[in-house]
Amino acid sequence: MSVQELEKIFLDKIDQEIKIEPKDWMPDAYRKTLVRQISQHAHSEIVGMLPEGNWIGRAPSLKRKAILLAKVQDEAGHGLYLYSATETLGTTREQTIVDLHSGKAKYSSIFNYPTLTWADIGAVGWLVDGAAILNQVMLCRTSYGPYARAMVRICKEESFHQRQGFDILVALSKGTQEQRDMCQDAINRWWWPSLMMFGPHDSESTNSEQSTKWKIKRMSNDELRQKFVDMIAEQVKVLNMTLPDPHLKWNEQTNHYDFGEINWAEFWNVVKGNGPCNKQRLDARRKAWDEGAWVREAATAYAAKRKARAEKQEEKQIA
Amino acid sequence: MTKDILYNYTMHLADNALILAQRNSEWCGHGPVLEQDIAITNISLDLIGQARSLYQYAAELINAPSPSIGGGRGEATEDSLAYLRDVRQYKNCLLVEQPNGDWAQTILRQFFFSTYQYLLYQQLQKSTDDTLAAIAEKSLKEVTYHVRWSSEWVVRLGDGTPESHGRLENALEELWMYTGELFAPATYEAEAVTAGFGVEVSALKAAWEQKVNEIFGEATLPDAAAGGREGIYMQTGGKEGVHSEQLGYILAELQYMQRAYPGAEW
Amino acid sequence: MEIRLTKYYYGDIPEDKGGGSNTIKKTSSSSPNGGGRDGAGADWPLWEVFIRSKQGIDHKHVGSLHAADAQMAIENARDVYTRRMEGVSIWVVESKFIHASNPDEAASLYEPANDKVYRHPTFYDLPDELTHM
Repeated sequence: MSVQELEKIFLDKIDQEIKIEPKDWMPDAYRKTLVRQISQHAHSEIVGMLPEGNWIGRAPSLKRKAILLAKVQDEAGHGLYLYSATETLGTTREQTIVDLHSGKAKYSSIFNYPTLTWADIGAVGWLVDGAAILNQVMLCRTSYGPYARAMVRICKEESFHQRQGFDILVALSKGTQEQRDMCQDAINRWWWPSLMMFGPHDSESTNSEQSTKWKIKRMSNDELRQKFVDMIAEQVKVLNMTLPDPHLKWNEQTNHYDFGEINWAEFWNVVKGNGPCNKQRLDARRKAWDEGAWVREAATAYAAKRKARAEKQEEKQIA
Repeated sequence: MTKDILYNYTMHLADNALILAQRNSEWCGHGPVLEQDIAITNISLDLIGQARSLYQYAAELINAPSPSIGGGRGEATEDSLAYLRDVRQYKNCLLVEQPNGDWAQTILRQFFFSTYQYLLYQQLQKSTDDTLAAIAEKSLKEVTYHVRWSSEWVVRLGDGTPESHGRLENALEELWMYTGELFAPATYEAEAVTAGFGVEVSALKAAWEQKVNEIFGEATLPDAAAGGREGIYMQTGGKEGVHSEQLGYILAELQYMQRAYPGAEW
Repeated sequence: MEIRLTKYYYGDIPEDKGGGSNTIKKTSSSSPNGGGRDGAGADWPLWEVFIRSKQGIDHKHVGSLHAADAQMAIENARDVYTRRMEGVSIWVVESKFIHASNPDEAASLYEPANDKVYRHPTFYDLPDELTHM
């Protein structure tokens, strides 16, 4: 079959909402886009463990500690599911991780911001997970089968994440003046970076159009962002807090909230590696990987020895 | 009087679980491979769960009217017990507060402690105190897995590469001196045995050594108490509140929020 | 150090059709006394995980993970895929031992079955009065 014919079959499947599976023919660019996007997503889960992990030791109650620990552990699991999805595309987890450590692969810039107070854990859960979930719910219907299945599993598990974040903030909002201040301060610092999570404007986004055509992404950056703003602008009222945007206003005509312009200079600066914690995050991941090398190697060596012994035992029995 | 003993005994069990959970949770996000990051965090979660059940029980005890421990005011909670006591009131053994070190040290600490905890809970299931017996029975399922997981890792590291073998030996050097305390009863442990609800820890030693040596054999390590370790002095004191310098830092982190914002609800 | 990766997993397709290069630059340093083997501390093999969620139900593929040996794979599966009590029985199989059918042959493999509509219960037009069948 010619490439043109194969491509036609592929596009027909996409049109008919038939999932693409690992052994199906797919255009190189589709595969590359998927590997890039899924591995970025996986790295975001793994790097995302660090800012929240920062507060496991200091969580203010045993219940909060257990919940946070379980949540950060879930993120490790989600990273694992996603790395598995990239492996079905012929890219090993090690290769993907090496690309992260070399700085070649990106992850969500939001995780380059520091978690300074306990309220940040609430704000991350509410805003950052809230933004991520919108994206993830959309991705449950993505055209690549293994990615879609990983996302379904992740969405199922994530349902408690945003709630736990909001719950932390509710407790703060009902607390002392100090706690309420802490809450507002965290919202102020995390609001704009979480809007940036949806990526550049549709008009600026180079990957978006093709991804939509292939049904990898099914909503544009700006559509998702608007949905997020509409959702959060209502929820923040429950907390008796405000969002740090003087332009935020309900628009009767559009039936959406209008909001101010994102500081794109800051966005690109953090993407380029100049965020407050870019270096620390990557250093932490590299350190864990490098210091784990002897452990992984020992387990491999032991498995080989055990296998050899078992084979020898078998030979003996046959003889 | 018996209630004081029961309270102290329960707090000792709770502190052991909490401090080891706190230590293990330091690995979350930093493990040698994702799958094991998740595994050690599971153990940490199990231990927090055990600690919470035990603190809740201790809080019940202290809140019920009893002049001798100044209770009856109904104020203690699992969190006040975990977050508002200082080093000298903590009753965990020295072993669990030792630093994570490398993966070998974390694994060996877990193996030593879980093997001990398994034997302890097996007996505690039969305690005359129904609550302790129930907590032990429930926890035993988790601890059985901790023993299995940590044993396998001890074998893997011992019989893995020369480097992993060497690192496991280093870990043994670091930790062996803290194992004696597990079997040396603190005052409240001895009293708990007399009162009928406690476990005689000294009686667990033989079974513990047997298990340790069995796994060490598979791990191509010499017997635990051999190889120059015969006469090593065993450090004690943690169970009576005389800790290593490590615990102060653990509590500084653990208790930071409750100390910085007294009385706040989270 | 340049390492040529030649691992193939089920679902993989040959490099000549694949996107991107499988040649990587090894940037992470292995430990100094790690024995100096190539790929020290490299990926453990990939395993596919199948879980029976309750008695009486088939094992279902839930995903994959890395482990050094089968024992570890089962334990990892317990830790990774049953964090919410999702299983009563776990199977693991190293991914390289899974042979997959070729999607290009899907027509010859599955289409004959499409003709055998009598294998499907909805083929039979039964009287409405009949229940529980």
